[in-house]
Amino acid sequence: MTVFTDMWAYLTDAGNWTGSGGMLQLLLQQLLLTFTALALACGLGLPVALWLGHLGRGGFLAINISNVGRAVPTFALLALFVTADFPGTDTLGPYGRAGLATLLALTLFALPPIITNAYVAVREVPDDVVQAADGMGMSGRQRFARVELPLALPLVLSGVRLALVQVWATATIAALVAGPGLGRVITDGFFRTNYGKGLAGAVVVAVVALALELLAAAVQRLARPVPAGQSPGRSPGGSGGGSTGGDHGSVSASERIDPAAAEH
Amino acid sequence: MTLLVRASAAEEPSCYSRAVNEWVCADYVRDRQSEILDATVQHVAITLASVALGILIAFPMALAARRFPRLEASVLGVSTGIYTVPSLALFPLLVPFTGLTPTTVVIGLALYALTILVRAMLEGLRAVPDDIVESARGLGYGATRLLFRVELPLAIPVIMAGLRVATVSTVALTTVGSLVAYGGLGNLIRDGVSTNFRAELFTAAVLCVALAVLLDVLIVLAQRVLTPWTRGVRA
Repeated sequence: MTVFTDMWAYLTDAGNWTGSGGMLQLLLQQLLLTFTALALACGLGLPVALWLGHLGRGGFLAINISNVGRAVPTFALLALFVTADFPGTDTLGPYGRAGLATLLALTLFALPPIITNAYVAVREVPDDVVQAADGMGMSGRQRFARVELPLALPLVLSGVRLALVQVWATATIAALVAGPGLGRVITDGFFRTNYGKGLAGAVVVAVVALALELLAAAVQRLARPVPAGQSPGRSPGGSGGGSTGGDHGSVSASERIDPAAAEH
Repeated sequence: MTLLVRASAAEEPSCYSRAVNEWVCADYVRDRQSEILDATVQHVAITLASVALGILIAFPMALAARRFPRLEASVLGVSTGIYTVPSLALFPLLVPFTGLTPTTVVIGLALYALTILVRAMLEGLRAVPDDIVESARGLGYGATRLLFRVELPLAIPVIMAGLRVATVSTVALTTVGSLVAYGGLGNLIRDGVSTNFRAELFTAAVLCVALAVLLDVLIVLAQRVLTPWTRGVRA
């Protein structure tokens, strides 16, 4: 399989990594795109979804936006953006050619998982905990900030984590419209029948995807109110963590939320 | 200048001519009917083949994971791992083995569908109540008959939910197959981008979403037919 030796040769040649258009630059470009799109999606989606979850309204919308998002191909969306007068293929600072179009498409792509998970997370906070908060005389805002938000955090984060890896992976599609990112390496190698190069690009993207997944999992574990592995039911108050929802509340809720979080 | 304008006015340019280049254009759909139809047929064929292949592989995997609990973690781990590989990267990875053929796209998409389906199958089978399984055993059901006559029918709602997710995302992902020239409607989208052909691009994108919705509705209908008992309970 000469393809693999070609790939290895491409990966180990320092010249392919450095300089303008090198893999390092493209890698950074794609990371920048991914995190900007994710931040935009979080900034837009989280407040709305958490608020709707707190009010307990708009569930139909919050759940179904995921289904709609799944049905719209990101490639088609990106293609429409690039071909339209706005945002078109204009270069956007460090984001490269068609930067704005890619950023918009990726943000729209990241919104559904973030919104759905955040909404479900707040709704999943057990009723008795919410009632206890009300009974303690908390206002709606206090209940949200001190009870619902801390308890919902693990599931909210798992939505963001899901979106992060998916956005990173999907960002490669920008190359199909000659946009920014590592997808360039893949399509370039591919169309010039330099399969070793294409394969090298694919491997780098996959490795970074796995690294991001592991990183996100580690961050998520840090944010858990009760450390995993510790049986929460039997050791209440053992480690309430950073949650301010009261020990008993956080314990019973994390018990309920955990299996849901593990699904992703 | 006036000459040019008069000339084009005389010809009555269709709405998809270079000068006009409208997004929505009925003339385009009429004139390129066969091209659009071919792309749609290819899209449907690739999607169905991928999902079918995904089911064929996912089923034994789910059964094995259920039978040997030790396997379960690795089966789920591998399927999550596959999902982190971008489709644009997966197709080139497969090309050295399968070439520039529809097979490449089908295998790649089947791998993605697989990850969703294995999870759904495991969850669905696990959700079958223990007492029902026990009473079936008490009635003398063997393992195979138990699976096909009792457990699978009861797992259908959860499995179908997974199938809907898998099918809809496969329809969307098929467009990326245009990388190896077998992307169904994705080929039209790609061509639309490179030639700045708005009507072609828009029509293909709309058809793509419509196709996803259509298949989703069909699966829901199939589920209603397959599980008549759930309707009885609700009514």
